[in-house]
Amino acid sequence: MVELTVDGAAVTVPDGATILDACQRAGVDTPTLCFLESLTPVNACRVCVVELEGSRVLVPACARRAESGMAVATDTPRVRRSRKMVLEFLASSVDLSTAPEAQRYCERYGADPQRYGPTAQTVTQPVKIDNALYVRDYAKCILCYKCVEACGTDAQNTFAIAVAGRGFDAHISTEYDVPLPDSACVYCGNCIGVCPTGALMFSTEYELRQRGEWDEANQTQTDTICSYCGVGCTLTLHVQENEIVKVTSPVENSVTGGHLCVKGRFGYQYVQNRPDDGD
Amino acid sequence: MMDLQFTSAKASLEERAVVDAVAGSRNGKTQRDSLLPVLHAVQDRFGWISPGALNYVGERLRVAPADVYGVATFYASLSTSPKPQQIVHVCDDIACLAGSEALIESLQASGAVVERSPCLGLCDRAPASLGPDDAWMPTYVGGTELRLLRHVGIVDPESLDAYCADGGYGALRKAFELGPQRVIAEVVTSNLLGRGGAAFPMGRKMEAVANAPERPHYLVCNADESEPGTFKDRVLMESDPYAIVEAMTIAGYTTGCERGYIYIRGEYPVATQRMSNAIARARDAGLLGEAIMGSKTRFDIEVRRGAGAYICGEETALFNSIEGKRGEPRSKPPFPVKAGLFGKPTQINNVETLANLLPILLEGGERYAQIGTPQSTGTRLFCLSGAVTRAGVYEVPHGTTLGAAIDLAGGVPRGRRLQAVLLGGAAGTFVAPDARAMPLTFEDARAAGATLGSGVVMLFDDQTEMMPILRRIARFFEEESCGQCVPCRVGTVRQSEALERRNFALLDDIGAVMRDASICGLGQTAANAIASAGANLKLW
Ligand SMILES: Cc1cc2nc3c(=O)[nH]c(=O)nc-3n(C[C@H](O)[C@H](O)[C@H](O)COP(=O)(O)O)c2cc1C
Ligand code: SF4
Ligand code: SF4
Ligand code: SF4
Ligand code: FES
Ligand code: FES
Repeated sequence: MVELTVDGAAVTVPDGATILDACQRAGVDTPTLCFLESLTPVNACRVCVVELEGSRVLVPACARRAESGMAVATDTPRVRRSRKMVLEFLASSVDLSTAPEAQRYCERYGADPQRYGPTAQTVTQPVKIDNALYVRDYAKCILCYKCVEACGTDAQNTFAIAVAGRGFDAHISTEYDVPLPDSACVYCGNCIGVCPTGALMFSTEYELRQRGEWDEANQTQTDTICSYCGVGCTLTLHVQENEIVKVTSPVENSVTGGHLCVKGRFGYQYVQNRPDDGD
Repeated sequence: MMDLQFTSAKASLEERAVVDAVAGSRNGKTQRDSLLPVLHAVQDRFGWISPGALNYVGERLRVAPADVYGVATFYASLSTSPKPQQIVHVCDDIACLAGSEALIESLQASGAVVERSPCLGLCDRAPASLGPDDAWMPTYVGGTELRLLRHVGIVDPESLDAYCADGGYGALRKAFELGPQRVIAEVVTSNLLGRGGAAFPMGRKMEAVANAPERPHYLVCNADESEPGTFKDRVLMESDPYAIVEAMTIAGYTTGCERGYIYIRGEYPVATQRMSNAIARARDAGLLGEAIMGSKTRFDIEVRRGAGAYICGEETALFNSIEGKRGEPRSKPPFPVKAGLFGKPTQINNVETLANLLPILLEGGERYAQIGTPQSTGTRLFCLSGAVTRAGVYEVPHGTTLGAAIDLAGGVPRGRRLQAVLLGGAAGTFVAPDARAMPLTFEDARAAGATLGSGVVMLFDDQTEMMPILRRIARFFEEESCGQCVPCRVGTVRQSEALERRNFALLDDIGAVMRDASICGLGQTAANAIASAGANLKLW
């Protein structure tokens, strides 16, 4: 067990726990964007930084191991300033319109992206629609690396996408930016499942949103077991007006960890018995 | 084993041959750590990496094509679209900024294909350029006490015999006599601090690696030297390469490494050639490889070339680069002494730090510690450039004042007055002329809120407009950020924009988050020079 303090309160966490775990134990809500329980931490977004006694710089709560005797402060002026700036940097360069989490954090830390002016560089670019199953809108990408991890060693082992380029030009790409159908992609949709910003979106959702008909408040979610094979993955069917609009899996599910294959993720498109099918 | 999928693009026979030659020459092992050398070979031969060649590289090394593409697009010297093979690189960085436009025009007029480049490490001949047909030119060296530079210009850098005739390999012999523990004790006594910028105690690092239980251990000589204004490591490698081989052998022997790498920036062709030659000659003479000097020690060195990425000088980015990955820094801890190259305990040092092992062993740590000040021992190489009469590398004991160092180089050319000095490079600090009295030591620099960094002393005279210089520094960080973390990826862009718009009020907040929340030293220092220009030069 590891004993440390978070904002002055003593906390005990198991060996191997992170500062983020300790913050949770202490009841401190810590913003995170690039962190997901089921993926290896890349600690790239830096929105979770905290002050650690004795450290020259702030440290990422999501990745830094808790150690006995650590004194962590999560709400100092330095921490608030850094978190606010990270959020301002993102909000001034990326379209966060389908990233409700990030929007909430922006509000909480008083981010003011307008102050960089109308000429501030952004990652604005045309949306990529090159297959029937999902859409890639990298103007909404915060480069959290989650999709790359999900496509690679953390889940899918397909390695269809990677980070290419450098600096502000760094971006998620297939080799030579070839369309997905020419790439190694097998349409498992695991990248969509982990994307925190809506940069990767099911075509069904994208089209409904385009038509102004996406209505999350009136959707139901039903868990079922995928019937395609014997693994027994839990599928969460998101249904709007009697139509399945997307399929996810709970990240805490012990079988899937949130990840599925193309059959569970997109198979409904072929089995769903819609009255207007077949014309 | 992953099942890789490739597009239909096929490599030509020629492309396959080039890939095979490099991939196959590496002990038949075809592994990811061959990736950068293979991509270099394809780029050098064909001027770009075609989709077919990239697929073939991925197939040979068992790396997914999207991943190979991610690596290829990370490095400025690799291209994924066709490019002319004969390119002249012209530096338009801070020391060369004023003269670069005229140079570019005259080169273009003579028919050359020109590409702009950040600092080429040739600041002593600003405005600098690097072309395929350039003849080598010596850099001026001077100083008050030549220890590290004692062979430069005097001993033939190609000849092992000449090196040995001048006392070469005496330090390694001494190291074998003492044994690893006592070598480390001498280094601890010497109080040698790292010259790569972070001033970490060398003895402590060696102790940690030597005692790390996990095997193997690796030694890495960091010769990526890309901090604008820095060219001292180039001079050491070009003019005294055997000293670096000997020093690496001592460090490897002492810390239990059988394998060493020297990672040389891609823009140093002569240093690369001379180091490679020195390594080959030393190997032939039994000074590398098995049973060195008849002892039980086994140690060898592999040369790696960088590919146009300042960030690969950051130690963990450098490890990733050798491993065939994008040069993105890792988060620390764990530190290299515990988990460095290939995840193993790693001794990584700057070229100049390693070079200091020779005088420490020859004179003893105690005598070495008497040079300089108690906290900043030994001599130091300073790279004087910009508005100075004799630009070059100067070796002086720590504690020499800034003014004395400037005077050694002949001061500011006649008729002009000193306006500012940039200490430590783009990641360093601007100081005003009143800093001439400052002793050049780690402690005095720290007390003045400055840094010696990599030994840069760049002078600006009263006719220089400083705002373009600051904008160039901002652009340097923008272009060299690896892009991994938000504070640096976006912050370096916002810093450039704020300077451009003269919105100085924003600089504080931008600088704070870069300093506090960036993953690595690049982002953490990207605001330093600009902030110091505001504060010390009163530019706003
Ligand atoms: C952006 C960046 C670039 C760096 N470039 C170099 C370099 O070119 N050469 C070098 O020796 N150290 C460089 N460093 C410092 C290294 O990370 C490391 O501290 C150094 O190699 C350790 O060697 P030393 O202890 O001998 O100084 C750089 C650091 C950063 C953050
Ligand atoms: S759908 Fe699956 S295979 Fe395709 S890019 Fe996303 S994670 Fe990779
Ligand atoms: S596409 Fe989504 S998951 Fe991938 S890096 Fe961008 S924001 Fe993250
Ligand atoms: S600080 Fe900059 S260079 Fe360093 S990891 Fe972050 S983005 Fe990359
Ligand atoms: S959530 Fe911790 S760095 Fe992104
Ligand atoms: S070579 Fe131009 S600044 Fe160094």
